[in-house]
Order: sequence, then structure tokens, then C-alpha cells
Amino acid sequence: MKPVVVNNIAKTFKAEKSTVTALHDVSFEAEPGELFGLIGPDGAGKTTLFRILTTLMLADKGTASVDGFDVVKDFKEIRKRVGYMPGKFSLYQDLTVSENLSFFATLFNTSIEENYDLIKAIYSQIEKFKDRKAGALSGGMKQKLALSCALIHRPSVLFLDEPTTGVDAVSRKEFWELLRDLQKQNITIIVSTPYMDEAGLCDRVALIQEGRIMKIDSPTNITKQFGKPLWAFKSNDMYKLMLDLVAMPEVKSCYSFGSEHHVVFRDPGQSLDVIKRQLVHQDLSTRQIEPTIEDCFMDLMK
Amino acid sequence: MRMSNEKVISVNALTKQFGSFTAVDHITFDVFKGEIFGFLGANGAGKTTAMRMLCGLSFPTSGQAMVAGFDLFKDADEIKRNIGYMSQKFSLYEDLQVKENIRFYGGIYGLTDQQIKTKMEFLLHQLKLEDKATTLVRSLPLGWKQKLSFSVAMLHEPRIVFLDEPTGGVDPITRREFWSLIYQAAAGGTTVFVTTHYMDEAEYCNRVSIMVDGRIDALGSPDELKKRFNAEDMGNVFLQLARKAVRAAD
Repeated sequence: MKPVVVNNIAKTFKAEKSTVTALHDVSFEAEPGELFGLIGPDGAGKTTLFRILTTLMLADKGTASVDGFDVVKDFKEIRKRVGYMPGKFSLYQDLTVSENLSFFATLFNTSIEENYDLIKAIYSQIEKFKDRKAGALSGGMKQKLALSCALIHRPSVLFLDEPTTGVDAVSRKEFWELLRDLQKQNITIIVSTPYMDEAGLCDRVALIQEGRIMKIDSPTNITKQFGKPLWAFKSNDMYKLMLDLVAMPEVKSCYSFGSEHHVVFRDPGQSLDVIKRQLVHQDLSTRQIEPTIEDCFMDLMK
Repeated sequence: MRMSNEKVISVNALTKQFGSFTAVDHITFDVFKGEIFGFLGANGAGKTTAMRMLCGLSFPTSGQAMVAGFDLFKDADEIKRNIGYMSQKFSLYEDLQVKENIRFYGGIYGLTDQQIKTKMEFLLHQLKLEDKATTLVRSLPLGWKQKLSFSVAMLHEPRIVFLDEPTGGVDPITRREFWSLIYQAAAGGTTVFVTTHYMDEAEYCNRVSIMVDGRIDALGSPDELKKRFNAEDMGNVFLQLARKAVRAAD
């Protein structure tokens, strides 16, 4: 049995004058024990999808199941089995760290002791602040407490909505290491992120944009399917280099990427010498590179 | 790099203490006219506190600082008139139209009706928002909101614009469009002071400073820093420095 099955889910929101379609016929399945990533910017529909799967919102059409239970018919069963960490901090700010954790354990008819092994690696990092009110915790500590609370009833499927948004690069790295460890406990994890560089840490990802899934596959397969040579250009005047490259008829796309510009030519067999001869730049360097998920995402967006 | 030698921010041993806790610990640096200055640091390193001081929103405990030609300790209100500020969380009124937001901020910044009219036409055209002028900001896509709030922060042609994580959650194409607005502003002589969690964006800055535990532990151009830390990219420079932090993440 697949722990998460989504079939042609669609959802539209109506405001006074306009309607916004948050999800257009979205379908995917997650495998048992998989770390599955929903990768896309704000407004892609990630949160709406999470809310439907955690039975907090009804879809307009389509079906979905979690742990074999239907999100509409069996919502009560699902609520017992999933852990959900919303994008917005949703614990009780005026309860202490340990009170929040006991509260969630009690709601699910369990105790902190019973499942302590599951949260130990995470909770031990904030345990010394256990008598501090949750509202007074720092961002990183709030995140760890929220994850502990989402895990305390040993869920079979864990939904994490943008757990690393606004978090610095070091803490983000540590958070993903925690997720990798959790995965070993046989928990299926569905995680969303707007950071494209985090896609590589998932087993499989769905690239999502404006309510549509553009691609579902392992990160390696997605980058393999880029299907055309990708070049990185660098010189001592990057701004001029961009203008020069964009103006060339041979160039199909050119965009900045860290310290380099990434370039795709109209003709995959384009001679690089012909291009270089037209560029009057100091310290010009070029190399062929492997595309990243972000390159693929932008390519699919067009 | 075409950068001027004119200092628009000059900070010397600037410090902020909250009780016994030193949030910002004797930071010293200069930022130049037309420079894109990346202000990096882990959560809790003291970036927000430092930025609030530079904007005249939080009074320093000690040190010296000149921002946009004014003394932070004496003329904080003048500083506020001469800078622009854009935060990720709150910049525009969601229940006002695009046009109304521009009108409102123009008024706040003390522009004349004629100036507002001229700016309005220029901005709507530049951002390709002509047919969205009467749309409520709430219904604009995030990327457009961010570009609009940047332009609004620049309405009064400030000498410095402070951008606090302007591209968080924005799609990769819009993120790059946003950076081309930053380049244009800098080319026009405005100093851009920007924080980000995207390490590729650190590479777009003329110079980058990295805060650790309230101090500035590294400052230089991305190339200099990569060389100094023997790192292949700024992400690695950041990891090497931020891992040394002893302070609990904030």
C-alpha cells in the first residue's frame, strides 16, 4: 500500500472578483519510507495540497488517500496517523516547551516517555530550555519543538510544510540531516521547500509551479533529462557579459547563477570558439557543467 | 567593479546590549556609494539588530556610525528620511490597490503631487504593471509584490536601500528579475544593503560581510573570501564561519 496517493486533485479559491486555481489536477504517489519533496515557490499550491492531505480542507475534485484511508471519508483515521508541521508556527506560545510536548502527547493518548526514542535526537537539543515559554524561543528552537510535537505520537506519515523557510544555510543543513535519520524509522516524509538546492536531499521530488506539477522523479533523473549542453561563463565584468550573451542570436537562454552565468545555445552542437571570439572580455572562462534542479526548474517554467 | 570611494555608511565599534547579552559586538565597516553590500549571518548572529540600528530604529549602546551623511546618535530621524527599507514580511498594504500604495508611500516620503504622478507612470511602466494599476496588492503574485515593494522603497530616491531577505520564497526566474532591479539601482548610485539566505545571491554582491555571534568575522568581495577560506563557493565560506558560532541560534 502506498502511504500517500493523490489523484487529479483540484482546488479553486473564490474571492470577490477573482478566482484563483491553487491546484490543477495534481496527481502523485509516495512510496513507503520515502522522503518526498514538493519543490516550488510561494503560491505554487504546496500548502493547499498539504491542507487537503491532512484533512483540513476539502478538494473541489479528485481523490486522495493517506495510509490507505480516504481524506474525506476517513478523516478521523488520518488525523490519528499523520504528523503535520504547518509553515506558520502553530504551537501554544504561552505554554512552556515541555507543556507543549506533553499536551500533544496527551491528545494522542500517549506519553513523552513512550516515544522518546523517536524525538530524542531533536528534543535533546532544546531540552535545556524545557521550562521556557514557546513564544520566547528562537526561530531554530521553535522549529525543533514543532517537529518534536509533530512526531510525539509516532505518525506513519509526516507532513512538513516549508520547515526551512527563513532558516540560515547551516541550520537548514542540520535539519535535513535530522530528516534523513527519521526516515530510517520507517516514517514516510512529505516535505515542501522553496529552496531548489534542497531537492537533491530528497529521494524523489515533484517540481510544482502555479498549481501544476511539472515533473516527478528522483533528483538525478530530473537533471539527466535536461537534455542539452549547459555552459557556465565567467569574466571580470559579469554584468556586461550577461548583456553581451543575451544579445547573441546563438544564445537560447542565459541567466546568472552564483558567480557564473549559465548558458544554453540554440544549437546543441554550437562551437564554443565562435562564441568566445565574439566576446571581448578579460579573464573569460567557460566550462560545460551538469545542470542543477534549479536549472531544470527554470527550463520547465518557460 | 565601478564603485565610488564615497562612504555612505561608516560604522565604528557599534555595539548593542540587551541587559547582559551583547547582540551586536563592536562591528566596524564602511559601505560605499553604489555598492551592493551583502549582510550575511546565521539566525541569531545579530543581523537584524545591526540593521535596525543602521535604519535608526534601535538606539545603539556604544560606538559611532554615520549613515547617509548623518550621525546615528544625533540625527536618527534624518537617517530615516534618507534611506529606503523593504522587509519580506511587511512592505505594502494588501487591501490597497497598486496605485494607492504608490500614492500612499509617496505621501509618507513627502513627495509632491507632481512628483508622485511622474513616479507612478515611470514605475507602472518599468514593472509592466500598467494594466494592474487598480488591482488590489493582495491579488498580485508574490514576485510582483516584491518587485513593487522594492520600487516603493526607492520612491524618494534614497541614498541607501536596506533589503531584508527580499527574495525569500520567490521563484527562480523572478528572483533573478529582482536582482536585475538591484543592479539597476546600484548602477544609478544607490547603495544596496541586502540580507539573504540564498548563497548564490551572496555571489552577486560587490562585498559581503558575515556575522558570527554579534561580530563581523569576515568581510570582502566574494572572490577574496573564497580564496581566503579556500572554498569553491560562498555557501562553503558561510558554513565554515557559521559553524564556529557558540551562541544559540535565534
